[in-house]
Amino acid sequence: MSTTPEKGSRNFVAAVLSRLREDPSAQGLALVSPTLLYLLIFMILPLIMVVVISFLSRGTYGDIEFNLNLGNYVRLIDPLYLRVLSYSIKTAALTTIITILVGYPLAYYIARVPARQRSRLLFLILVPFWTNFIIRIYAWIMILRTEGILNNLLASLGIINTPLYILYTPLAVQIAMVYEFLPFMVLPLYTSLEKIENAQLEAAADLGARPWRAFLRVTLPLSIPGMIAGSILVFIPAMGMFVVPDLMGGAKSVLIGNLIRNQFLTARDWPFGSAASMLLLLLTLAVTLIYTRKAGFGEDLLV
Amino acid sequence: MVSDPQFAVEMRNVVKRFPNPGGGEVVAVDHVSLKIQNGEFFSLLGPSGCGKTTSLRLMAGFEWPTDGDILIKEQIMGRTPPYLRPVNTVFQSYALFQHMTVAQNVAFGLEMEHVSKPEIKRRVGEAMEMVQLGKLGARKPKQLSGGQQQRIALARALVKRPAVLLLDEPLGALDLKLRKEMQLELKLLQAQVGITFVYVTHDQEEALTMSNRIAVMDKGNVLQIGSPVEIYERPNCQFVADFIGETNFIFGKVSSIDGDRVTVQLENISGELVGMCQGELSIGMKVAVSIRPEKIRLAEKPAFDYNCFPGRVVTTAYIGSDTRVIVDLNEKTRLRIWEQNKISTLDPSVYYSTGQEIWVVLFPDNVLILPAM
Repeated sequence: MSTTPEKGSRNFVAAVLSRLREDPSAQGLALVSPTLLYLLIFMILPLIMVVVISFLSRGTYGDIEFNLNLGNYVRLIDPLYLRVLSYSIKTAALTTIITILVGYPLAYYIARVPARQRSRLLFLILVPFWTNFIIRIYAWIMILRTEGILNNLLASLGIINTPLYILYTPLAVQIAMVYEFLPFMVLPLYTSLEKIENAQLEAAADLGARPWRAFLRVTLPLSIPGMIAGSILVFIPAMGMFVVPDLMGGAKSVLIGNLIRNQFLTARDWPFGSAASMLLLLLTLAVTLIYTRKAGFGEDLLV
Repeated sequence: MVSDPQFAVEMRNVVKRFPNPGGGEVVAVDHVSLKIQNGEFFSLLGPSGCGKTTSLRLMAGFEWPTDGDILIKEQIMGRTPPYLRPVNTVFQSYALFQHMTVAQNVAFGLEMEHVSKPEIKRRVGEAMEMVQLGKLGARKPKQLSGGQQQRIALARALVKRPAVLLLDEPLGALDLKLRKEMQLELKLLQAQVGITFVYVTHDQEEALTMSNRIAVMDKGNVLQIGSPVEIYERPNCQFVADFIGETNFIFGKVSSIDGDRVTVQLENISGELVGMCQGELSIGMKVAVSIRPEKIRLAEKPAFDYNCFPGRVVTTAYIGSDTRVIVDLNEKTRLRIWEQNKISTLDPSVYYSTGQEIWVVLFPDNVLILPAM
């Protein structure tokens, strides 16, 4: 006797339901499945597409020709692109280091003020996010351009006679990137600094450590997890940044992010853009892994 | 000013006020004066908020007095920071450095003094042996039990050989059994190293067990300083009698004073009670009469023509070493009495029974007449 299709599907639903009732791991899977589905459709599948396309080649009219080859990757070894790559790493690394240097005192200060003021200061750090990133970049252009606020101020104070050319230089890119990523460094740093009990610092002082040594031996090591988290949050997006160099960097500052964007939107060379994207992905992964290993990204540090 | 060199710590009229978050000020320590002798095990005992921890923090240098002076080894400390004071602290939370190993924790204080590497290694080893944790040097503090962490905190402070060791409720987080063990161990350790210990606790039994002398504090004031026996047997006020051990209070007014013998007219009981004068008393003054439960006798008939009161047994509890009896003298006066079971017997009449009519006998030496709060 064969089952009708309708009956079969009803049996299947019943089996799934009973499985869900009895098996906790099936329940867990059911709970995360919307997220899994989302990631599968919008992240995993596009990523696979990028991987595949990076091994194909560009057609005459910007279309994709299906012939598997390594040509795009070979093209990337060109000194021109390697220079773009090293400049990207340098810019992202410098952004990370400067946000640590600027963000650490700020995070330290916030973690030490009375609790009620703390939330107010954290709120102020988040206020810039209320405005669109592009608009904030235009604000920086207004400040930094030759006839801008900064130059006018310095000229009126008699500090400079000829305006400073900051806009459309790598310095302008660096300034705007530090500005943009600073909150991503301050927040994790604050979290780990705030967790340090006052008694730890008192114990250090009690055992004979002057404030500066207490900072180096107790506060700084205990804040390293926050520094690592912040560095990852800053370095990874900084590596892929293309808006800031586009608007503020002029022709000289091309980051790998700009390169990729141009391949897709201007040159219409999707396969080469995909190869560059893969390189960026692998490079970011490698740098992050080396950095976290080196800085001792151990379990005990995270607690 | 030169102070007597026999004192390790001295507080002279010390006042500490904190700004209150809601406005105004809180007086945590209110004109406290005390002298702690070299080599003494001295306890600051009192309920939470009595100012004992603040006093300790003033000695450590984490806080500075609003008024008055703290002296350590004859030196007026003023605003000397903690890292320049010859004292070390064992914190209530231990405050071990979680990112360092146990050995690194213990070595920290010596590194700050720039002691040579081999010397550090030797002294850290000694300190770890002293607290019986010689083999745990490579562990991280999180991997140790509460009791072990407590010992490490102790070793970390003692390895510096301070003039005074300050301990802020160091056994507070341990379970009862471990606490009792550590109490004895700490006392032995203190005798062995000969360092002055200043010990903050709210546990009166702990203070009685360990201390040479105790300062009982309440609301920022030191009420009484004395040996455990003095504090227990001769409290100078109602608060101390109540806070240390258990006691019964009966209230009344002083009717006559004859040397250290005071006669009190009781409030709710007809008749007078004769007892020992404690503190400043005057005729007509309202007093609290303190009688410890183990110092009351129960009898079939009055033993003498004063200080004996008829009563009725409300309930009894046999707890092995003692029989605890509750006796009502009238509706308003109830006494707790502990009778030690000195004779082994199964005879139920020895252990009293509910409803039994009985006489309560109070020897004048056991009756303490204190100024009422």
